[in-house]
Amino acid sequence: MSTPKITELSAAELSRRVRKHVLRMTNLGGSSHVGSAFSCADILAVLYSDILRVDPRDPAWPERDRFILSKGHAGAAVYATLAETGFFDVELLESHYQDGSNFSGHVTHKGIPGVELSTGSLGHGLSVGAGMAYGAKLDGTDSRMFVLLSDGECDEGSNWEAILFAGHHGLDNLTAIVDYNKIQSLKAVPDTLELEPFAAKWESFGWAVVEVDGHDTEVLRDVLVGVPLKLGLPNCVIAHTTKGKGVSFMENSVLWHYRTARDDEFDAAWQELSGES
Amino acid sequence: MRDIFIARLTELAKEDDRIFLITGDLGFGVLNVFSEQFPEQFLNVGVAEQNMTGVAVGLALCGRVVFTYSIGNFPTLRCLEQIRNDAAYHDANVNVVAIGGGFSYGALGMSHHATEDIAILRAIPTLTVTSPCDDWETEAVVEHLARSSGTSYLRLDKSSAGNTQREGELFRFGAIRRLREGTTATLIATGGILEEALTAADVLAAEGTHVRVLSVHSLDPFDEAEVLAAARETRGLITIEEHTVSGGLGGLVAETCLEGGVPPGFFRRVGLRDGFASEVGSQQYLRRVYGLDAEAIVRTVQAAARGDRA
Repeated sequence: MSTPKITELSAAELSRRVRKHVLRMTNLGGSSHVGSAFSCADILAVLYSDILRVDPRDPAWPERDRFILSKGHAGAAVYATLAETGFFDVELLESHYQDGSNFSGHVTHKGIPGVELSTGSLGHGLSVGAGMAYGAKLDGTDSRMFVLLSDGECDEGSNWEAILFAGHHGLDNLTAIVDYNKIQSLKAVPDTLELEPFAAKWESFGWAVVEVDGHDTEVLRDVLVGVPLKLGLPNCVIAHTTKGKGVSFMENSVLWHYRTARDDEFDAAWQELSGES
Repeated sequence: MRDIFIARLTELAKEDDRIFLITGDLGFGVLNVFSEQFPEQFLNVGVAEQNMTGVAVGLALCGRVVFTYSIGNFPTLRCLEQIRNDAAYHDANVNVVAIGGGFSYGALGMSHHATEDIAILRAIPTLTVTSPCDDWETEAVVEHLARSSGTSYLRLDKSSAGNTQREGELFRFGAIRRLREGTTATLIATGGILEEALTAADVLAAEGTHVRVLSVHSLDPFDEAEVLAAARETRGLITIEEHTVSGGLGGLVAETCLEGGVPPGFFRRVGLRDGFASEVGSQQYLRRVYGLDAEAIVRTVQAAARGDRA
């Protein structure tokens, strides 16, 4: 089945717009996680511009592909992606993190078309995606499930229950994408809980694994178009990314997991994302 | 209760192929009634309750009516956040079934004593919380859950109050059932421990003291009107649960009466207090040790009726 395009924007242009929305949303709301959202903006852009079979005019279409943001703290990036691809008005993004808004810091499905699962506590999304994938296999539908995880999230044992389960059942309609930016909440991944040898771990659980540059939209598209990577195996795409990608002073910095860009920092970041610096 | 649960669910699965049963690697010799007839509607996810609940939500969000099954605290406390965030918040049709309420597995030790589950689960918004007393209530509750939407909890007990259905009685989900009539006190019980309340009522009746006995199969939704009627029409209320007194049935009844403006003449909670049960034994033995058996209930009624302080 081919993927009907839901946006005329290229993935590169979509991710550029998403980053600018995220910068503005986090600034207006005074919220955190801008680095985490920038880290996965290109992955989201490729999914929504080239991969997912979803319909903004009919978000509940039963045969659709499902995308789950398991790293719920990057919710701002998902909201911005959905707005830019026509699920709702872009203006609504301004209410993010404000009193009375539906747009919570961690992604929620309540009142927001296109969001499949509310998350925020890490280690939940992959099991739900695996359940959806198992159901689709039983029903014989072509629906595919894509779950985006963070690297720090892989500390959660529940993920490894799901990884074991999906491998055992050969859920090749399930794709886990790990946003591997090597920085978690307080420190770098190797200084917290080492994940390496990471690909080998997934492989030993029965997954087909590919490692890619998580900011190269063409490579990402080529890999994701090609799933299942191997018939009968669930897919793991380890996307090597840079936390805070797109704004020089945010990149590879633990600080920007929580910090909000204000005043001069906001202006400087805006200029960089606008290609003006 | 366990056998009647699986028998009824198997019957329901014949009529409704959306019904799906997941076990966390428990139910040896019990679930095969279902799994052999409906292998496409059955899954053993292994010893992994968090994943079990997440997978259940994924299946439910794509149209299935899912029952998760395990024992004691495993399908509830072990994966509480999955129940709260993934199932309940999404109104997913996931029905969590635990066999082994209270001291059902008393001799297996503290890990297998399900004695805080009601309090914890009833705190979760939108969750239906059920605890039937016998096979008849179990069957009716299972049928209700299979035919309704949303997330629920079904607490099954090894003990049973026998057959409490009265002649011609029809089951109404959520409605508290009145099984004995009297005015000295009202005994309000949930789950298999209702058998102790009924025995106590019979002992008291033989002495000329008559008490009302209520069976609560649903803690959420809760039949407030029937509790307020008992507070109004009888001298006092005594709640009975194989569960901690903190936040369970006793707490629910107290909240209902105070908020409803009908404080009972007296109020006692028969339940677990003072730390964990580290002593092991059969369900009946532990009820005796911890003051939950018919004898203890009789003493509680007599003392309360005399006006002794709690």
